[in-house]
Amino acid sequence: MNIIEANGVSKRYGRTWALRECTLAVPGGHVAALVGPNGAGKTTLLNLVAGLSVPSAGAVTVLGCRPAGSPAALDGIAFVAQDTPMYKNLSAADMLHLTRNLNHRFDQHYARTRLGELDIPLKRKTGKLSGGQQAQLALTLALARHPRLLVLDEPMAMLDPLARHDFMASVMTAMVADGVSVVLSSHVLAELERVADYLIVMTRGRVQVAGEIDGLLASHRMLTGPAADLDRYAERPVVHVRRGEAQAHLLVRANADDPVPPGWQAHPVGLEELALAYLREPGAGALPGPARGRGIRPSEVTR
Amino acid sequence: MDIGKEVSAETGRPGDVSTPSGRPAAASPIEFRLDAASGVPTYLQVVHQVEHALRLGYLKPGDQLPKVRDVVAALAINPNTVLKAYKELETKGLAAGRPGQGTFVQATLSQVALPELTGLHRSLLGWLASAEASGLDEDGMVALFTSALRDFFDRRGGSAGRRGAASGETEGVA
Repeated sequence: MNIIEANGVSKRYGRTWALRECTLAVPGGHVAALVGPNGAGKTTLLNLVAGLSVPSAGAVTVLGCRPAGSPAALDGIAFVAQDTPMYKNLSAADMLHLTRNLNHRFDQHYARTRLGELDIPLKRKTGKLSGGQQAQLALTLALARHPRLLVLDEPMAMLDPLARHDFMASVMTAMVADGVSVVLSSHVLAELERVADYLIVMTRGRVQVAGEIDGLLASHRMLTGPAADLDRYAERPVVHVRRGEAQAHLLVRANADDPVPPGWQAHPVGLEELALAYLREPGAGALPGPARGRGIRPSEVTR
Repeated sequence: MDIGKEVSAETGRPGDVSTPSGRPAAASPIEFRLDAASGVPTYLQVVHQVEHALRLGYLKPGDQLPKVRDVVAALAINPNTVLKAYKELETKGLAAGRPGQGTFVQATLSQVALPELTGLHRSLLGWLASAEASGLDEDGMVALFTSALRDFFDRRGGSAGRRGAASGETEGVA
């Protein structure tokens, strides 16, 4: 079952296209990381998934073909927006009360227990809680609805390292206990390496890369060799080139057992290296189905 | 809830994912740690640490591996990563999942008893001291030991002992 499906989705704000013909199918049971530069359309996409806005063209379905924004979809989705907005003058207990009354399904016992474990003072106004406590409160309110899909927009941007660790540990524990699927956007690639097992790279309103991270890493190699031999690769699916006077590094789509030409060395790539390479080459793509990166000539970055 | 079942269906180990939290469980003898800078994939770090613990006798057959939810809560990593590591250990015949309970050690890698290991450790420390006295630094010692190890087993024509003893470390060194 696909937890998120987008078919030719576009979204326009005035004259600006925030999303253009995005097609995506994210299977359930994953932590999907959504990365891309500012203005790439990450928040727009997440808002469409959460049903907070409507696409200008195309359709988004969630939780296996439920139209985004429909009551059936909203019932199974919890969304924590950027900077975890809350009513700053309400106490944590009031936020609990409010959320319980606004949702037909809310696990009061779970929420109370969790806030107790986290030592979050229920009587304090949410505006007076620390950034980490606010994030944990928002997460608790979201998880107490026992969603099947948890959508997090830049959840850790405001948190210190310890609070980030605890926040992600809470999300991962919910995944074990409840089987919730997670989609989260983030700028911190290194942090995603631990938690994400599905990657979506967006640039300029388009989906550039989508796939399970294991598969993506297994199908890419970094080749290092003499810069003079670069032309050999004109016909190969090269994603990104870094070239010096004598030596060149090529990120190519290739499997571990693909032959390496004499004089060249092949190295496995990590998530951060892979994502950065694609972010630098908005023209390249790695999407399910036939490889679209083939035949693209990357711009060369000369050092 | 369905997704939880899906995750476990893939690994064939339903109990591991949905173990009730309230059950008093015998804690695992080991805890995992993560070295983000090592460049070794997370699941492999878990596999290596279990093999290491088996080799040094910290883990014995019948011992329980840390529960998935405990590992996830302690390290803030994706549960699928832990499941992948445990599946790999099952494939190697080192561990086995018990529905509703968790994953347990099934075989051992340590062929030597603990007192003898301590003795070998001590004599190795003696060797290290003399290597340092001769002017070798840490990298030099590793290089020398690795090459001696290779010579030793090459001379014996790839004996059976080699696979068990060196497979875990070779990836880290190479």
